[in-house]
Amino acid sequence: MTTHISTAMIARYAGRGSDLDEVTVWSIEVHLEDCAACRALLAGATTDDTEALLALVAAEVNEKIAAGPAPAPRRRRSAVPDRWLVWHLVPWLTMTVAMLGCAVLLQAVQPSLPSLVTLLAPVAPLPGVAIAWSRRTDPAWELIACTPAAGLAILLRRTAAVLTVVVPALAVATSRTSASLALTLLPCLAFTAATIALGAFVGVRLAAIGLGAGWALAVVLPAVLTTDLPAVLQPGSSLVWALLILLLAGITATQSDKFRRLSSHN
Amino acid sequence: MRTVSAAETAPTTYPWAIHAEGLRVRAGRHLAIDGLDLAMGIGVHGLLGPNGAGKTTLMRSLATVLKPADGRLTLLGESVDGRADLRKVRRRLGYLPQQFGFYPRFTVREFVEYMAWLKEMPKTAVPGAAQRAIERVGLAAKAEARMKTLSGGMLRRAGIAQAIVNDPAVLLLDEPTVGLDPEQRLDFRGLLRDMGVDSCVLVSTHLVEDVVAACTDVVMVNEGRLVYQGTPDGLVAQGGEGDPGDSPAERGYSALLRHYRAGAGK
Repeated sequence: MTTHISTAMIARYAGRGSDLDEVTVWSIEVHLEDCAACRALLAGATTDDTEALLALVAAEVNEKIAAGPAPAPRRRRSAVPDRWLVWHLVPWLTMTVAMLGCAVLLQAVQPSLPSLVTLLAPVAPLPGVAIAWSRRTDPAWELIACTPAAGLAILLRRTAAVLTVVVPALAVATSRTSASLALTLLPCLAFTAATIALGAFVGVRLAAIGLGAGWALAVVLPAVLTTDLPAVLQPGSSLVWALLILLLAGITATQSDKFRRLSSHN
Repeated sequence: MRTVSAAETAPTTYPWAIHAEGLRVRAGRHLAIDGLDLAMGIGVHGLLGPNGAGKTTLMRSLATVLKPADGRLTLLGESVDGRADLRKVRRRLGYLPQQFGFYPRFTVREFVEYMAWLKEMPKTAVPGAAQRAIERVGLAAKAEARMKTLSGGMLRRAGIAQAIVNDPAVLLLDEPTVGLDPEQRLDFRGLLRDMGVDSCVLVSTHLVEDVVAACTDVVMVNEGRLVYQGTPDGLVAQGGEGDPGDSPAERGYSALLRHYRAGAGK
């Protein structure tokens, strides 16, 4: 590396009618190629006339800015990305909360029935999840399906929006009855995870319908008829539910590329 | 004005922005694209063809919304058939679907910003890019209006704005001139020529005049196969005095179609 160039030399090099000889110019240029600091000096090297002109322009610009209208206020970042979903979900979530309310009331009237809140908990988030990634319900599905963000990430975001309503509602409902909180929330999360995992193969909407119908026929109906809490919801089963959630989450993670396109069965 | 990054000026390593070989795509059960070979580079390409020719299906598969059933499809040098990772290509894609779905409660600006966010643009670049896209389609005065209050032509322009917000390298517009008045169509042709300078623009339309006026290249499909690819002048040259149509381009269009049908009938 050559020694740095003096400011005076740079000014002479940058000057219009340069009086330097060729050899000096070459050595300066060789140094400039390697040295960012001297390049910056060169970029800053100006004549007095230029300085005066720049000062004039700056003063003029400042004057115009002061005279002109005030800048528009910075817009607050709203929760736009999920607003469509929020509006779209309102009827479904209202229905879910109302169902849970009915279950609590029924429980108070008929204490002999098995805990209805626990029985309904697994299917409570399914309508919302079915809406979250479906070409039937999302008007802009075709636009969204061609963006890089499309896929599991959007589905999970929208599912999270559903769960932020359903989970507190379930928690409140269980606190009103004698049901166990773990046996309400764990099956709820397990069915959400199962819907997404199965949705990778048959579409989220079909998966939600299938799982909901299966649960209603295989568990809810016999439990209401026999007035016994089914074995899968007995106190000892929470560990199994927790393991099931982990397993389904793992399956979903490995199948994430299946959500990149919205196929016709979604 | 915007800063051009080094990646944008770097030479490309692929010969064609869009390259399809033996492409087959299903629309439902029907094979809408049946063995299409197509290669398109920088410029504005007009996609012509009768109703049911497979134009929209071709657009959807190029927009990575539909998965090709068979054949090879390469966008910007990256394979997008099968289970390939689509993120990188989708970031450089702009798409206006034929059925342009939107969220009625969003304002135009919110909608364009939401699409920019989905296209994974850097957060700081989103407001500026949205404003620029809205100005380019002439909707600046309506930027704060809700989508449900817009007329058909304005909605179409909002759709074009969301497609160009990320300065796409491949821009796919499915019938963008529907609902535009004659003056807006002239402006739109200017925008097309602008975009076609450094990106590959594919415009599907029924208006042969638009293609001749604004496109550098004509692509004609029928029954899922390529009928013709060449310059607009070449299309005009195909037509003779005896062919139906009110302009030379229309005569060329109907001559090509008649010739193809006669060939297919043998």
